[in-house]
Amino acid sequence: MKDSKKTFDPNQVQEDFPILGQSVRGKRLVYLDSAGSAQKPAQVINAVSEVYEQEYANVHRGLHYLSEQASSRYENARSKVASFINAEKDHEVIFTKGTTEAINLVANSYGRDNVKPGDEIVITHAEHHSNIIPWQLLRDQVGCELKVVPVDDDGGITIEDFKRVVTDRTKIVAFCHVSNVLGTVLPVKEINSLAHAHGAITVIDGAQGIVHMPIDVQDLDVDFYAFGGHKLYGPSGIGVLYGKEKILELMSPYQGGGGMINTVSFEKTTWADLPDKFEAGTPPIAQAIGLGEAIDYINSYGIEAIGDHELDVLNYAMQKLASIEGLKLIGTAPGKVSVISFTMDCAHPHDIATIIDQNGVAVRAGHHCAQPLMERFDLPSTARASLGLYNTREDIDLLAESLEKVQEIFK
Amino acid sequence: MSTVNVFDQKFSIDEEQKNLIEEFSFFDDWTERYEYLIDLGRRLPEFPSEYQVDEFKLKGCQSQVWFTGQNVEGKLVFQAISDAAIVSGLIALLMRVFSNRTAEEILSVDLKFLDEIGLDTHLSPTRKNGLNSMIQAIRNRAQNDIKREATQV
Repeated sequence: MKDSKKTFDPNQVQEDFPILGQSVRGKRLVYLDSAGSAQKPAQVINAVSEVYEQEYANVHRGLHYLSEQASSRYENARSKVASFINAEKDHEVIFTKGTTEAINLVANSYGRDNVKPGDEIVITHAEHHSNIIPWQLLRDQVGCELKVVPVDDDGGITIEDFKRVVTDRTKIVAFCHVSNVLGTVLPVKEINSLAHAHGAITVIDGAQGIVHMPIDVQDLDVDFYAFGGHKLYGPSGIGVLYGKEKILELMSPYQGGGGMINTVSFEKTTWADLPDKFEAGTPPIAQAIGLGEAIDYINSYGIEAIGDHELDVLNYAMQKLASIEGLKLIGTAPGKVSVISFTMDCAHPHDIATIIDQNGVAVRAGHHCAQPLMERFDLPSTARASLGLYNTREDIDLLAESLEKVQEIFK
Repeated sequence: MSTVNVFDQKFSIDEEQKNLIEEFSFFDDWTERYEYLIDLGRRLPEFPSEYQVDEFKLKGCQSQVWFTGQNVEGKLVFQAISDAAIVSGLIALLMRVFSNRTAEEILSVDLKFLDEIGLDTHLSPTRKNGLNSMIQAIRNRAQNDIKREATQV
């Protein structure tokens, strides 16, 4: 596989994505909201249709041909995910409906089993609501403490910041790999070692991390790593919880239902082995297969080549935007990746997004499901341009031109 | 007594809708329409600061919108403001149609100008939802007024 990579040509890549060929209000679509959700290459779209056209049935239930085909492709997708993140075993990959469900699974299962009154859970000030609320709910159920690692003015979060907050009472350290607002990359490996030194486990929200850089869960030695399919050029409705086998095996099921049991009687039910124990009910079958296909697509270029290209566009964008008068970049930590939040003196972020949308430029405006972080920077919202593998320097030129139009209109 | 800025109404609801359609028809391109909309928003009467609190914040809008309605001598006077300029412009349009009218007038409005001023295609669905929740708030206020009158009789 590694020897047969295609050369990464961003203009060629755009052609892999049918949706990017369209024009919006007569203008070429410039899609800069991949941190919200990424577009899908034809390879993924076709794979999902093919499942429904040729190989669809419920998985792990039937003994008939179609069920076997579907089950085999579903499990094959799990293997693809496992090797993409270098998990030691396929059954350390649990399919969920997204990052949010993956984190909720850990909070509800591992959390309820292991966190006691007086214990601490540590998160950061830069978390998405999906990595705050599950821990708040757990705190309120068990009576533990929720502690927050602060964010520096440039959006940076360092290992030193964690050292001041993590203690021997800490049971779980949960943090984003990459901030969805600031683009800050957290030092996962160092934080992980720190947590382990204090006897805590780690839960990494990898929704924005998995997309831009190679992930090796064994090298990082993390206990849990969660991400969704839809930001990774795969379908929505599918996500992944990676967990270490020895931890997953001791955990109680998260939801009860079909497919997750060994035997059921009214007196006692015994659980199926991993990963089925955590996949109650009919899973998102076609979506999982689509995710596997998305990983094949990424591997065809190599995540390193994709990351290098995105970094080039990011650096170009940061320079270009910084030169626009009255524009303030939120999140300038060294080593950041493809998320660019900003505000403008002349206009509200919603106004910015509405106006540049008229030029076919799609960005997100709002609190980005990170209200505590917005409050930290004393902002009601920001505009956010985020990059995917299909974005180019030309896209950034069009963004900058459109932002100049905003200045004209709101002058 | 709290501050009430009465929004002058020289025209009937239908006339005002026609006026808005005509005003916006002068512009050929969207830039000018937005500039005009933003300008209308900027000329909204000042929103009383005592109402710019969470209690008067409208739900369902992506940007922050504060809204209040009061009965002044039998007519409902609305005041609203947003931190976003385009939303404030939309508020200004709604005020011209709805503010300083009787509850009965408000509830009988056939709202057609929004589709005809050439902004509709440029309003995102979420923004339209915000607009809808503002229209809904206006209607609810009118309905409450009618109910209150009915119980007093």
